[in-house]
Amino acid sequence: MTQSNRIDGGQIDRSRTFRFTFDGLSYEGHPGDTLASALLANGVRLMGRSFKYHRPRGPLSAGSEEPNALVQLRSGARQEPNTRATVAELFDGLAATSQNAWPSLRFDAMAVNDKLNTFFTAGFYYKTFMWPAAFWEKVYEPIIRRAAGLGALTRQEDPDDYDKGFLHCDLLVIGAGPAGLSAALTAGRAGARVILADEDFRMGGRLNAETLTIGDQAGAAWAAAAVAELAGLPNVRLMPRTTIIGAFDHGIYGAVERVSDHLAVPENGKPRQTLWRIYSRRALLAGGATERPIAFENNDRPGVMLAGALRAYANRWGVAVGDRVAIFTNNDDGLRSATDLQAKGVDVIAVIDSRPDGALLPGIRHLKGAEVIDSAGRLGLKSVTLRHANGRTETLRVSALGVSGGWNPNVNITSHHRSKPLWDEGIQSFVPGTGGPAGLTAAGAAAGALSTHGALATGQAQAIAALADLGITARADSLPAAEDAPVSILPKWYVAGGKGRAWIDPQNDVTVKDVKLAHKENFTSVEHLKRYTTLGMATDQGKTGNVLGLAIMAGLTGQSIPETGTTVYRPPYSPVAMGTLAGRSRGKEFKPFRLTPSHKWASEQGAVFVEVGMWLRAQWLPRAGETQWRESVDREVLATRKSVGICDVTTLGKIDIQGTDAGAFLDRVYCNTFSTLAVGKCRYGLMLREDGMVFDDGTTARMGEHEYVMTTTTANAVTVFRHLEYCRQVLWPDMDVQLISTTEAWAQYSVAGPNARKLLAKLVDQDISDAAFPYMGAGNITIGGLRARLFRISFSGEMAYEIAVPTRYGDALIRALVEAGREFDAVVYGTEALGVMRVEKGHVAGNELNGQSSALNMGLGKMVSKKKDSIGMVLSQREGMTGPNGYRLVGVKPVDPAGKLTAGSHFLEPGAAPVMENDGGWLTSKVYSPHLGCDIALGYLKAGDQKIGRRMRAVNLLARTETEVEIVSPHFFDPEGERLRG
Amino acid sequence: MAEPLHMLTALGHAEPETRAIGSCRIVERFDVALASVAIRRGKGAAFEKAAKAAGIPLPAAARAETGTPYGAFWVAPEMWMVEAPFASHEDIVALLKPAFAEAASITEQTDAWVRFDLSAPDLRPLMEKLSNLDFAAAPDGMASRTVIEHIGCYLIRRSADEVTIYGARSSAASLLHCLEVTAASLG
Repeated sequence: MTQSNRIDGGQIDRSRTFRFTFDGLSYEGHPGDTLASALLANGVRLMGRSFKYHRPRGPLSAGSEEPNALVQLRSGARQEPNTRATVAELFDGLAATSQNAWPSLRFDAMAVNDKLNTFFTAGFYYKTFMWPAAFWEKVYEPIIRRAAGLGALTRQEDPDDYDKGFLHCDLLVIGAGPAGLSAALTAGRAGARVILADEDFRMGGRLNAETLTIGDQAGAAWAAAAVAELAGLPNVRLMPRTTIIGAFDHGIYGAVERVSDHLAVPENGKPRQTLWRIYSRRALLAGGATERPIAFENNDRPGVMLAGALRAYANRWGVAVGDRVAIFTNNDDGLRSATDLQAKGVDVIAVIDSRPDGALLPGIRHLKGAEVIDSAGRLGLKSVTLRHANGRTETLRVSALGVSGGWNPNVNITSHHRSKPLWDEGIQSFVPGTGGPAGLTAAGAAAGALSTHGALATGQAQAIAALADLGITARADSLPAAEDAPVSILPKWYVAGGKGRAWIDPQNDVTVKDVKLAHKENFTSVEHLKRYTTLGMATDQGKTGNVLGLAIMAGLTGQSIPETGTTVYRPPYSPVAMGTLAGRSRGKEFKPFRLTPSHKWASEQGAVFVEVGMWLRAQWLPRAGETQWRESVDREVLATRKSVGICDVTTLGKIDIQGTDAGAFLDRVYCNTFSTLAVGKCRYGLMLREDGMVFDDGTTARMGEHEYVMTTTTANAVTVFRHLEYCRQVLWPDMDVQLISTTEAWAQYSVAGPNARKLLAKLVDQDISDAAFPYMGAGNITIGGLRARLFRISFSGEMAYEIAVPTRYGDALIRALVEAGREFDAVVYGTEALGVMRVEKGHVAGNELNGQSSALNMGLGKMVSKKKDSIGMVLSQREGMTGPNGYRLVGVKPVDPAGKLTAGSHFLEPGAAPVMENDGGWLTSKVYSPHLGCDIALGYLKAGDQKIGRRMRAVNLLARTETEVEIVSPHFFDPEGERLRG
Repeated sequence: MAEPLHMLTALGHAEPETRAIGSCRIVERFDVALASVAIRRGKGAAFEKAAKAAGIPLPAAARAETGTPYGAFWVAPEMWMVEAPFASHEDIVALLKPAFAEAASITEQTDAWVRFDLSAPDLRPLMEKLSNLDFAAAPDGMASRTVIEHIGCYLIRRSADEVTIYGARSSAASLLHCLEVTAASLG
């Protein structure tokens, strides 16, 4: 018979039936069910195995605090491990499987761990896997991971989309129980922009799980009416299925909306989940409270549940978890579970009340001063043994036991900025402390107001107060009548005296014994207790177990609970899938691409692209018959040096600098002088950081009296611009300087080689002869009448120009250059050939501009002008920076031309041992020079300028290479620069 | 004189692209010239006078104004981006410089940006997925710098159902892809 435990009532749609499977067996449930409620309705209590001991487990709770009922949802690429069955919304066709059990959930071979439990106490890993150290990574960890696992990934790519978004509100209300609804109604009616978020798919919180009334309505009906009113307010946004996962800075909250988790497959185009960033002016935590258990021996069997969860399954989902039920409580709320269950026709065998005094429940066997001392049932609860006040023991045959040790306000989010919760003696639990996230207050059970009236009243009051801060007046409407019972609780954390294990953190298999051991071994601080026992470190963050552990430790140390203290919670409030955090940023969409103006043309040529930051640059452009990258690169280099080569250099940063103080400004940001640069000329510039190290380099051209165009390296285009803005706005706000980036506005190509001028002369309208446009010249020109720019600068060591047109003409220009270059056998070269030529020429680039090198290190010390002040000038001269034996840029060649160099090799004198004391420096950039026919490299070598001609060893211990090298000038090619000047 | 060079849009085509996704329409604009115009220090009065004479609006901070031929949106203190028809104002710097003389620093920005105009009966659901700007509460004519899918953009709210996005030109394809998939996700 299906749904044998289904009883009348509840908020499920019995007119429709869903079919679903668990471990391959088929069951039926209804819309409105969770996976847990549907399984319980079908008499299935065993839903998982525990983390360490592989103990049989069923659900403890009916909410997101669930530590036990973790399952794998769906299959194949959509399989999702570690999903809490208590919050997984049932849908037709849902397929779930158990995890962490082999070969089956009912017979799990790894349950042998349970028999060996005396070995697996707190600190087991730390004590056992100490030696040999090398075993940890390769032997111990893999074994432990296999044995103590959770769910598994299929390693197939998730086919669903995950989205992100941004929302704004005056008041974010976290939780749509009575406090949250009261607050949202108050704020919504006042016209404030309100977001009401709740993790549940049905708003109403505990009102949906209770039989109590508000006014003349059932609580759930009042909640439904409140939600309906809020839905009609245009200034209120209702966000069910949305968990506020964390409080971040400046009123920003993270929220995960499970858009499609309740569907087998997302609707066309819809994301599975959306990660929202909510910008709130004020926020109100109305997240309710979580019931906690009382620890006793073998209290982890399927069928032992929180008392509030038992009545939630009965009231909200029409499920009687067992036909014979007992309640174990230390507070009045446990009694409510007994009466609710009895009213539903469930046979309540006994209420085992640890409190010795107080009124007895009518019509129920209510045992005062009694406690549960053990339970039995291999795969599910069959009986509990209790000890009466007089010491007599009795065994009761039951199929379910509800346990209530009191309620913990869900203070989690108030702790996200490290605010410590405060102990409230009246409710025997922690409430939000001071110093939480600015703008966040709490109401209702989350604030320790555990009655329905308390929730409604504090929700309203806190909403009014929050809005008053914002200058919005909200009125206090009269509240409907609701129960306002005081909390009656007598602390009972665990049942002492037993020899077996009593669980306090079932997800991590932490028991009372573990806490006692931590105490015995002096790990008594709450932070040590947590790490040593792993209490509260599972995916549920100890929502049900933490306070128990702290209270037990307090008892052992003789301190009070507030003296013992508590750990704090961190985001996320409940587990978040990695895919949700990644959003759409995965695979090829991990980041946006930047395409150069020649990209289309280069793609047509079959260019191989390389990612340079977000840019895709042509790395080399293979021609027919070239099967190996070096063939292409060598050809590009040789052809350029022989005739002419073209390269897209648009990616270099370009910054337009204007104003009457532009020259003086450049004098301050560059270590060399620019104010004296003539209009129509450009100059190589070196930019230092304040600490004297080189920040960036590039050429800057003076295009007019008060107009300069600076180029930066591709990598530093943004950071240099940001630095200049800082200088302009903060350091020297009185200077007349205006800046804007023009990197993207111009398509710029380098045309280099002996025939560069001849090629360009075919396109440029003006005379660009050496006399008219000499080396380091710059100016505005035209190409077929189109405005363009020309700079006579070279990175390759060849006579070279950079020519720029507005970007929309960039495709046309590359094609025109290639066509015009045909008679010269022109090539287009990529970044590899560019790199080869710059090393041949001894130019520094990213590998040398490493943030730890000064101008002197680079052989450019003379560029630092002492005649003027500039950023970094003073500190570049400080002691230790200017000594003669510091690093100097050198060239490196293998003594044997066939010898291979390896980047990152370190320089050692012949015979010196490869240890740090003998380290002479390192090899920064290595290329194969087709011009020289051997590997060549640049490197930083101590006193390198004094060692030109010396033989040393280039040793790379990681690559296991060693090559005898000769230290040479870094200028391998045309050291006099004759080719440049053409 | 060399042959005239042809133009390509930021998306690499001869003509601008248009997309219709659900109720959302995305139109690439290739017909707008742009220049940044900034006040030279101490030249505020002359700058404003020149702008007025040339018919160039100078909207307040975080605002945009349209006009013929010149529109403008604020980008930073004492700095605006001036929009004009590309057909008549391709060399926009050459056209603006005489008007401002030494009162302004002017830089061509036309091809630094790709422009997409978005329209839909209600743009709010799309905009709240794209940008952290409070689009719903923003007034018509709001202009602000923002980031969309890691791409630095200017966003101008023309009205509740029309918005202009200027994004980095080199990332035009990535930006359009983001707009497309986001619009598609709204059904």
